Amino acid sequence: MRVVAGGIVVSLFAILGDLLKPKTFAGLFGAAPSVALATLVLTVMKEGKEYASLEARSMIVGAIAFFLYALVVSQLLLRKKWPVLPVTTFSIAVWFICSFGVYYAAMELGG
Amino acid sequence: MKIKFNMSRLGESRWYEYVVRFIFGGCITAVAGLIAKHYGPVVGGLFLAFPAIFPATATLIEKHEKEKKKEQGKDGTIRARMAVGLDAIGTSIGAIALAVFAIIIWRELPHSSLPAVLISAMLVWMVTAWMGWMLWQVLRRRGRVLRQKQSKQACRSSLHIGPSTDRRMQ
Repeated sequence: MRVVAGGIVVSLFAILGDLLKPKTFAGLFGAAPSVALATLVLTVMKEGKEYASLEARSMIVGAIAFFLYALVVSQLLLRKKWPVLPVTTFSIAVWFICSFGVYYAAMELGG
Repeated sequence: MKIKFNMSRLGESRWYEYVVRFIFGGCITAVAGLIAKHYGPVVGGLFLAFPAIFPATATLIEKHEKEKKKEQGKDGTIRARMAVGLDAIGTSIGAIALAVFAIIIWRELPHSSLPAVLISAMLVWMVTAWMGWMLWQVLRRRGRVLRQKQSKQACRSSLHIGPSTDRRMQ
């Protein structure tokens, strides 16, 4: 169920991004809440609203990490002109460092 | 810059490219669910904003740009990298809107109905992304005008220095 719902929503946003011009505007749909839409509906049905709300709170950190990831990718491609696949793949480390860094910092502060 | 809808682009993508996106999207949704089940909603929620589909989409953009240039008998490697770079700028603006979307879900979901919260969060995502993109366009245009002014001033001052140095030499 999750695979089908996620696949459909992600594909729809990807197609919408394909159809739009200019490139920078089409890029907005690269960060559309596709996975979130598919997941949150199923989570609310199964675990309830409070659980889904907690997921959404963490998603804020994930989205900020996504912003930093996309920023690093754009700068490496536009300024350094490095190859696309290694840049987009290895820069995912930025997302992991930022999201889990904030997660562990929050854990430490929260005791 | 005007926003355009280009339906002919649907024909440019091959069927397996849609299948790849469907599989990637489905897999990350399933993985996000599994992580939430094992490690709880706090860790699982991080993965609702994981850039899983971005490398696949970027590779497809690169491939299409290269093919376009190849048809003209040119090497499109650098152009393709620039196209993906511009797409990533848009994605970074979209990610800010994604954070706003998450804030609305976090704050409103416990008190309101799911459809109402999802629809309002989606609308806010669209408006925030669009406004962010417009703001970026304005800032870019201003930056370009400023750079042009600076280069003109530099040109003028170099012309002004020319004769005075000649005079000093005399």
